[in-house]
Amino acid sequence: MSSPETIRQRFAEIAEKAGTEKAAAAGRTVPKIHIGMATCGIASGALETKAAFEEAVAAQGLEAEIHPVGCIGHCYAEPWVIIDYPESGFPPIFYHEVTPGKAKMLTKLFLAEGDPRFEHVYGATVENEMIPSVTEFPRFNKEKRLVMEKCGKIDPERIEEYIAEGGYGGFAQALEGSPDAVIDTIEDARLRGRGGAGFPTGRKWRLAREAQGEEKVVICNADEGDPGAYMDRTLLESNPHQALEGLAICAYAVGAQKAVFYVRAEYPLAVKIITQAIEQAKEAGLLGEKILGSDFSLEVEVFQGSGAFVCGEETALIRSMEGHRGMPIHRPPYPSEKGLGGKPTVINNVKTLATVPPIIEKGADWFKSIGTENSPGTAIFSVVGDVNHPGLVEIPTGVTLRSLIFEVCGGIAKKKKFKAVQIGGPSGGCLPEEFLDTPIDFDSLIQAGAMMGSGGMVVMDEDTCVADVSRFFLDFTQKESCGKCTFCRIGTHHLLEILERITEGEGKEGDAEQLELLSREIVKGSLCGLGRTAPNPVLTSLQYFKEDYDAHIHEKRCPGMMCRPLIAFYIDLEKCARGCDACVGVCPVDAVFTTRTRKKGIDQELCVKCGECVVACPPEYDAVKKVSPPHLAPVIERPPETRTESKKESS
Amino acid sequence: MAIITVDGLSIETEPGRNLLSVCLENDIYIPHLCFMEWLDPPHASCRLCYVEVEGKAGPVPSCTVSVASGMAVKTDTVEVRSLQRTALKFFLSAHKVECKVCPANRQCPLQEMAKFLKVPLKSKDLNPRLKEKDLEALQPCFEYYPNRCVLCGKCLHTCERVKGQSLLTFAGRGIDMTVSFYGGLPNEEISCEECAECAAVCPVKAILLVTG
Repeated sequence: MSSPETIRQRFAEIAEKAGTEKAAAAGRTVPKIHIGMATCGIASGALETKAAFEEAVAAQGLEAEIHPVGCIGHCYAEPWVIIDYPESGFPPIFYHEVTPGKAKMLTKLFLAEGDPRFEHVYGATVENEMIPSVTEFPRFNKEKRLVMEKCGKIDPERIEEYIAEGGYGGFAQALEGSPDAVIDTIEDARLRGRGGAGFPTGRKWRLAREAQGEEKVVICNADEGDPGAYMDRTLLESNPHQALEGLAICAYAVGAQKAVFYVRAEYPLAVKIITQAIEQAKEAGLLGEKILGSDFSLEVEVFQGSGAFVCGEETALIRSMEGHRGMPIHRPPYPSEKGLGGKPTVINNVKTLATVPPIIEKGADWFKSIGTENSPGTAIFSVVGDVNHPGLVEIPTGVTLRSLIFEVCGGIAKKKKFKAVQIGGPSGGCLPEEFLDTPIDFDSLIQAGAMMGSGGMVVMDEDTCVADVSRFFLDFTQKESCGKCTFCRIGTHHLLEILERITEGEGKEGDAEQLELLSREIVKGSLCGLGRTAPNPVLTSLQYFKEDYDAHIHEKRCPGMMCRPLIAFYIDLEKCARGCDACVGVCPVDAVFTTRTRKKGIDQELCVKCGECVVACPPEYDAVKKVSPPHLAPVIERPPETRTESKKESS
Repeated sequence: MAIITVDGLSIETEPGRNLLSVCLENDIYIPHLCFMEWLDPPHASCRLCYVEVEGKAGPVPSCTVSVASGMAVKTDTVEVRSLQRTALKFFLSAHKVECKVCPANRQCPLQEMAKFLKVPLKSKDLNPRLKEKDLEALQPCFEYYPNRCVLCGKCLHTCERVKGQSLLTFAGRGIDMTVSFYGGLPNEEISCEECAECAAVCPVKAILLVTG
């Protein structure tokens, strides 16, 4: 019964059905409007855009197919649409920042009248002779997508679309062979865990396969919790089946009967989509009893995590699933030996599992041909911060940080200079310009003092204070510490206290040394990965930006001009325009006053350093200046009468 | 039988036994707070019982190590002592040092370790961080002193052992973590007042039974 032929035949039937449907859809000539509808798209107004298209299409009496898809990772362009209107004679066109107004306009002018409005076109999605194609932009042509390949192309709520694009082929292929053959392929491909630490996935699976125990469990870790990271959420929202397929292959390989998606409850859309995906896969006969006529059966369920950062740590994750407080326990024993309910358990990140199906389908050699030798494949980063084109990026490993930041993500915004990049979120490190030519792979980043982490990347320009950034991350890890072990519970609190002191201008002689000393001990002494990596932002910024700390401690000066107690705003009277009142209205505390020359000054005693006046001052004057330390601000006497006046008004 | 060496001293013991227990039995003192021999897996939270084991990178908590024949252990290296001193300083920075009025005075492991590791009870370089309340009532019959508590978990684990399910739990996170009480079980065989094992096992007298 469970012959490879049966499996192949059963799967071919499913694939054929999906293929026919796709061909039928492709054959229809009505215009198709693809809209990115993941959480990020919805947050930027995609629902309104979709409604506007629907309304306009109906009002114009047109026929058009609106196709909700997932996220393509181009956050700067949200909400985006691709209009595929073959009869117009144009190739499919990518439009960015499509507001409801733009949607109505495009419906009327493009769909009804055939004019694609060149001034709004971002680019055609394919190369052609009429309009420039997006493939000419580095953001599109430097990427290499294996994990995100189908994201933004298919409707994540319809399994047929995934299957029609070749989905579940890898799973069917895996079932035709032996579980050991699957592990061999993954080991041969040298796939390393994408959750952060880069542990060889094949070895983890092998350990669990060989572990004693009738029942085994596999878990997909989607408890993403770093500030600024959203890769896992996007993947689950845009293409849930690829991770599900990877999880099913993993379960087959290790001999598990049960699989779980551990998704944080703060990701309601991801929870909904993955739950639905499991149901659909079960209906299609790709999950459940005797899958595709084989002897393999698998139950998959979703577990909603309560959103504690520490629950991304595998032992804490397991504890929380067992109904306990999410606190890590000492390893060994590792979960692959003794995990959920004492059963051997494999826990893999969403990105790791989503990488598995293409490897099984195309082979280990194909995978190894991508990226570097020791970290083959791709890396997914959510690049945020001071770059022109923030978003989700998938690049082959080995691409340099410089290429990622300056080519793929369009360089530093507002023509500022690059200062630092924080890689790997709160557990990662802060790297300066000298490291921009570091290739992105597990080993090179660790060597530099950072880590791949789960893939958060914050790019910072010259107006950034790295001491304050460290304080921000320590504030996060300190709050997220479960409190179990001494070094993390009390140690990170002391780190934060010292950093707060420094950024408030109260830094003492010896504070930098104390920070380093405590950090090194916390790294060595903590129980789990959270504590052991929490001091990384401090250690790397101390190593590469010591002068910033020294300036805070010894000169009470903040070089990035971010720490409020260490800066002052003043108005350059040479530049200030007589009679202009732009800054007066925006000041929340009436600190801006008019001098006797009808120019403006700032009352340093009242100023709360919010910076609103800088924003309000017209760029042609650019008269509001920031200095550090604050005593460098020139004193402009406030005429006494303006003082009483403002006091009267405010009272 | 397994033969291991600890600080050059050869010790004969059963393989698979807990390294910290073996050392303590053989009068080799290793600072520790949260260790309970019967608890598996060990709580391993106090991070004091570090030792160096030949072949393992960096210090490891001895409570998490099972003895194997030929194992070579060092309890007194620079790195080990440094970690232990830092951990103790951390404990003391979150502990109300009022030994004179404390019922644990002279039997307190913190005092013992401070003496052994030569760490001052009041640190000069770390600012104290105490919790808001010095005293909380734990239902039904206990007093709990958050600023004495070292969060070793002995009370929780003991309660679970005695009653089958712990009536005590950790509450709060990070630096604000405390021990808290669920309240008594209905129809329990032994009442908390009669049992009071949690108070008895507390190394720093952070839980006291209120009588009368």
